[in-house]
Amino acid sequence: MSWVFLRDLLSGVNKYSTGIGRIWVAVVFIFRLLVYIVAAENIWKYEHDEFECNVKQPGCENVCFDHFFPISHIRLWALQLIMVSTPSLLVIFHVAYRENREKHHNQKLYKSPGKIDGGLLCTYLISLTLKTGFEVVFLVLFYKLYNGFKVPPLVKCDVRPCPNTVDCYISKPTEKMIFLWFLVATSCLCIVLNLSELSYLIFKYSIQCYLKRYIQKHE
Amino acid sequence: MDWGALHTILGGVNKHSTSIGKIWLTVLFIFRIMILVVAAEKVWGDEQDDFVCNTLQPGCKNVCYDHFFPISHIRLWALQLIFVSTPALLVAMHVAYRRHEKKRQFRKGDQKCEYKDMEEIRKQRFHIEGSLWWTYTSSIFFRLVFEAVFMYAFYFMYDGFRMPRLMKCNAWPCPNTVDCFVSRPTEKTVFTIFMIAVSSICILLNVAELCYLLTKFFLRRSKKAANQKQHPNHENKEETKQNEMNELISDSCQNTVIGFSS
Repeated sequence: MSWVFLRDLLSGVNKYSTGIGRIWVAVVFIFRLLVYIVAAENIWKYEHDEFECNVKQPGCENVCFDHFFPISHIRLWALQLIMVSTPSLLVIFHVAYRENREKHHNQKLYKSPGKIDGGLLCTYLISLTLKTGFEVVFLVLFYKLYNGFKVPPLVKCDVRPCPNTVDCYISKPTEKMIFLWFLVATSCLCIVLNLSELSYLIFKYSIQCYLKRYIQKHE
Repeated sequence: MDWGALHTILGGVNKHSTSIGKIWLTVLFIFRIMILVVAAEKVWGDEQDDFVCNTLQPGCKNVCYDHFFPISHIRLWALQLIFVSTPALLVAMHVAYRRHEKKRQFRKGDQKCEYKDMEEIRKQRFHIEGSLWWTYTSSIFFRLVFEAVFMYAFYFMYDGFRMPRLMKCNAWPCPNTVDCFVSRPTEKTVFTIFMIAVSSICILLNVAELCYLLTKFFLRRSKKAANQKQHPNHENKEETKQNEMNELISDSCQNTVIGFSS
């Protein structure tokens, strides 16, 4: 059980997506998942070992690390990737439900089970909204937990059992900040793609609905 | 999930590349990605652990390491490889789009469609003509730009391509100036020069491919112009047939982008 599962999930989603949806899958796959696995994970690998405080007091380093990193950047990043990819499962489940229904009734109920219309359109729109919501929530979480998207090289810690205020040094702060900004940029790009797809679908189907009614009126 | 996934995605694009494009892809996978994964990552594996400064001052090592290596060589190469591989996706998407259009025509029973079944549409190879030529050429151009940008960033950040053995650091909280020693500097220099050399080869291959495509384009145009002068009607027929061929070709790219779904 590893990231391969997410890769397979995203590949499945690709089949039932619009053009913009496919670009979203490509961005998540290459610029977020791949970058996470081949580059970012290694930066945070020894973050606790390399976190050093200017004190010999046992326990002080542990306590300070825990105070400044309640949840590590890299774990939050992984959670974000998982949560943002999961709403697409709704679409896959709905298509599977449609296919099962057709099999059960032994007749063609839909033009094509994978075509985005009717109930599947609602599911698709809901999944887009959820994806955007999760992206925003995680960005806000990152911002609130770490006071912006900066990683300072030095933090001052005065939590017990540290005597007075102690200087603690974070390892590779610049590299971490570069990748954090990369994460923010790709998140924002994904939000823009989701919102465009949402507007495109709503616009397309409103026009279709309007035209249908217009034609019916004239008949 | 790792570089293998990128290989699957790009492997599909390979079918529709020129010969130089295929060589470029091979060089990318064997001499860059494979070297990065099996060798370079191990050389840089212990970079911070074995970065030693001649001081007992806590925090000095961290700060000096961060000062001299704002972003590690390995990560910069990984990002460079990802960015350089991505423009090929533009071609893959264009091809998939055209194939989708052709499939739609085929399903509607359009008589213009010359394919017997969907399999033929799926397997049909693509020629780089028409709007696909523009997409392909832009993708090569972007590749060149990304390669150049990363090479310059490398040169700018590390003051050349050599890894020194000793660095002098006086960032706070280090007391005065402190000697810091990099682990495996010679091995790192060797790999850095190797990666830069292969990057340069890739740039040359891209430039050659660009020249080849431009030459082909201009030759085709001059042939067309010459033909049109001699046989205006005959030329139109030939052109229409060529255009139809191009359209047919453009549908056959389903496998490229859908390295995802396979």
